[in-house]
Amino acid sequence: MDRGAGDRREGDTQGRRGGSGDDPGLDELLVRAADGDEEAFAELYDALAHTVLGLACRVVGDKAQAEEVTQDVMVEVWRTADRFQPARGAARNWVLTLAHRRAVDRVRSVTAGRVRELRAAVMEQERSFDTVAEEVEVREEQRTVFRCLAQLARELRLPLVLAYYQGLTYAEVAEALSTPAGTIKSRMRQGLRRLHDCMEAAS
Amino acid sequence: MNLTDDPHLAVGAYVLHALPPGEETDFEKHLAVCGPCRREVDQLSSAAVRLGAAETSTPSTDLRRRVLDEIVTVRKGRSRTGGARRRRRRWGLKPALAAAVAVAAALGGVAWWQSSEADTAREQSAQERAEYRHLADVLTAPDATISSKELTGGGTASVVASRARGRSALIASGLPQLTGDRVYELWYAESGRYRPAGLLSSAGGHQASVLDGRLEGATAVCVTVEPAGGSAQPTTVPVAFISVPR
Repeated sequence: MDRGAGDRREGDTQGRRGGSGDDPGLDELLVRAADGDEEAFAELYDALAHTVLGLACRVVGDKAQAEEVTQDVMVEVWRTADRFQPARGAARNWVLTLAHRRAVDRVRSVTAGRVRELRAAVMEQERSFDTVAEEVEVREEQRTVFRCLAQLARELRLPLVLAYYQGLTYAEVAEALSTPAGTIKSRMRQGLRRLHDCMEAAS
Repeated sequence: MNLTDDPHLAVGAYVLHALPPGEETDFEKHLAVCGPCRREVDQLSSAAVRLGAAETSTPSTDLRRRVLDEIVTVRKGRSRTGGARRRRRRWGLKPALAAAVAVAAALGGVAWWQSSEADTAREQSAQERAEYRHLADVLTAPDATISSKELTGGGTASVVASRARGRSALIASGLPQLTGDRVYELWYAESGRYRPAGLLSSAGGHQASVLDGRLEGATAVCVTVEPAGGSAQPTTVPVAFISVPR
């Protein structure tokens, strides 16, 4: 199962992302990493690790666990880099899609003790302040995402947020919202579509 | 679940990694023979990725070393077995405030509101809903910024501020409980002056509160420990001083 998912998901993403996905440099690095170029991989790591970690922190809610996820993800990127198809999408999106998948796997594998909630609450937000430029760019991106999410109708937004950030399955979302599962599926699709259109318009 | 008969419907859940394993496999089989579906997956994935890529976190330098050490020993092109980590959990349907706070920290507020809405719909009083609504106004402001600081003495405080709406909210977690008749007091700081902006309970823990008064020209939000009832001006050294972006 997991293998099937990995095989399929490598090309999940599309490079047509103003300001966030397109980076021929990263694609090139990933292609070189696929050929076993460790230096290229190190550069790729430096370019993406802070974003992968940021994403993992959000989903798993714990910095230490998020670092483990990041390590797993980056090693998996190295191992499976040859499956990356530049024609189907940007390297950055490929890596981040994998990262989300692994982060979700992680929260779903936690036992019923559910200590995540508590740990998550004390997670300190850590941001990269490496350069002013980077900070500005991050904030811009954040604003776009927030604005587009905020513009979604509640019934479209909730399923997206619960699935993406909390790692719920659509069936769990349906249960949480007392809404038929088929409806939730449909709203997830519609919500993503609107989000996509809004972000496109913003970039 | 009649609707699930149409495999295309699952594309959103698939992209969100929200399909259970069996259905995910089914969908992937369908993807293999459905070009339009693959294009839709690509497109929706690009939107989903941005949900997760808006914020960054600085990895420890040790992580870099561990990863670069590990890849030397890893054989390429071999898929890891992942059966164990695909195990599903049951999600409790009563997300604690703690979880909501965490999500607020993570998403800068929007998701906090969402998950709170999910459980308030179920179990919160109308008054509490109104409070959440006020928070949501700040948290969902298009220009909302989030700034976090560790408090002297423990805990973390995040300030979500919207200059456009002139409001801010403080979201604290892990606040130490106060002994004696003391409370946490919030302040807007501007040019060395302090405006009282509300109180937090002495119970500590996780608390979220919209600050009283307008943000206006304030450049920071402060937290001090004050006698019960609060003070007109700070009487102790702030346990937190959180700058608010202009």
